[in-house]
Amino acid sequence: MKAVVTVIGKDSVGIIADVSVECAKHNANIVDITQSVLKDYFAMIMLVEIEKMETEFAVFQKELASLGEKRGLDIRVMHEEIFNSMHRI
Amino acid sequence: MVNINDILETVNMIKQENLDIRTVTMGISLFDCISDDQKRLEAKIYDKITKSAEKLVSTADELEAKYGIPIINKRVSVTPISLVGAACDKDGFVRLANVLEKAANEVGINFIGGYGALVQKGMTKGAANLIDSIPEALATTTKVCSSINVASTKAGINMDAVARMGQIMKETAYLTRENDSIGCAKLVVFSNIPEDNPFMAGAIHGIGEPDTVINVGVSGPGVVASAIKREGFCDFSHLADVIKKTAFKITRVGQLIAYEASKKLNTPYGIIDLSLAPTPAVGDSVARILENMGLERCGTHGTTAALAMLNDAVKKGGVMASSHVGGLSGAFIPVSEDAGMIEAAEMGALSIEKLEAMTAVCSVGLDMIAVPGDTSAATLSGIIADEIAIGVINNKTTAVRLIPVYGKGVGESVEFGGLLGHAPIMKLSEYSSEDFIARGGRIPAPIHSLRN
Repeated sequence: MKAVVTVIGKDSVGIIADVSVECAKHNANIVDITQSVLKDYFAMIMLVEIEKMETEFAVFQKELASLGEKRGLDIRVMHEEIFNSMHRI
Repeated sequence: MVNINDILETVNMIKQENLDIRTVTMGISLFDCISDDQKRLEAKIYDKITKSAEKLVSTADELEAKYGIPIINKRVSVTPISLVGAACDKDGFVRLANVLEKAANEVGINFIGGYGALVQKGMTKGAANLIDSIPEALATTTKVCSSINVASTKAGINMDAVARMGQIMKETAYLTRENDSIGCAKLVVFSNIPEDNPFMAGAIHGIGEPDTVINVGVSGPGVVASAIKREGFCDFSHLADVIKKTAFKITRVGQLIAYEASKKLNTPYGIIDLSLAPTPAVGDSVARILENMGLERCGTHGTTAALAMLNDAVKKGGVMASSHVGGLSGAFIPVSEDAGMIEAAEMGALSIEKLEAMTAVCSVGLDMIAVPGDTSAATLSGIIADEIAIGVINNKTTAVRLIPVYGKGVGESVEFGGLLGHAPIMKLSEYSSEDFIARGGRIPAPIHSLRN
């Protein structure tokens, strides 16, 4: 079971580091990562394995969202199935 | 991994364009609650609803978190109460309405629908008692919604019921006069009522449905409006394609939620209702879609054609995304719940006559329209008759939800708050329909109802 973490907002130093630390804290394994910076706008997408996570999904979600708030970023965690449903036939 | 642009598109739809699941509605049959003892009937109804829907809200909340998509409403629809309480008198029915309210509060849902009757061909004593009880039932509850089916293409139009419903609207408006006659926002008069509609105020759990069922209503006018805007100037063939693709994506999310909810609640999945349901929020308006197609204001000439194309394209895109489509499925045009419609009505671009024409090509009808409080019952019935005739002749669902706002007139406006929004009071014809409505009886079913 995988989830997609999207991080969107103004670029600054250490975003990937902070998000990765948070994932590691919950034992969510990062299996893919892609990011782009367009002018000052930062967009990162991480695919994380959530099967062996030690915390509940909702807690993981909240903690990442509050990390985002602290850094002025929009961080969302969504189950990958919503993207597969929408974009694949 | 899914393409990065697709992921960002989905996130953007939710964050910027108000994509949401409008409702997860559980249909519950109350036939096994029937009893000739009022107290026993009440207790059984309460138990059945609270037991069946016990986990509805928590499951929806769980899915909302898992997929990161807001699920705005959790609702319950029940077997038309006139059937379950067929032996009740007027007061008995009011008590049942209060039992529904109590059960709705217990399970934490937003609305409960099904306080209604099917009287397209005639009225049983139970149905007549239920209709008599509507004003008091709606005035003493907040979550109970009532719908009365007064016509069908097969049966024709029950004009006695049409006449009665005009009076009932007036009474309901009067009894809820302290709150701008809000009781009328929970009352709809239908033709060809769908028996699996998850949207309020018209949701019922039809008689051919299973014991319990999950129906999901999707939304997303903002997503469609943005897609059209992004595409820029293009011809109608291309425009229809853009709408279809967008509707497909929206519906797939609904399908996913319906499938998961049904699995988690161990309840069969019924249908997805492919409707574009607006809210008063900025960027969540059906009127804006029409305006993005090139109309200066919703309501101007060309609006009916634009809406017809939108409605058809939404269905074509959605139908492939879902295994079972049902309910109302189309674009909604509730005036008070749509920022663009409100604006158009306030500036005089949108009249009730134009709205009536629009309902011939979209999914519902004259919806959430505030009219002067001194409108006569016969005039209200005349409006109902017109709208219902459109449904009967065109083999489609139409409905009327008017609010004759007590003590207010044209030029004033009314604030319902929340998802119900606000609306200017619209002008109606000054001429009487009294003698026409007084005839009573039935308007025969149209010739094309004979299809066997």
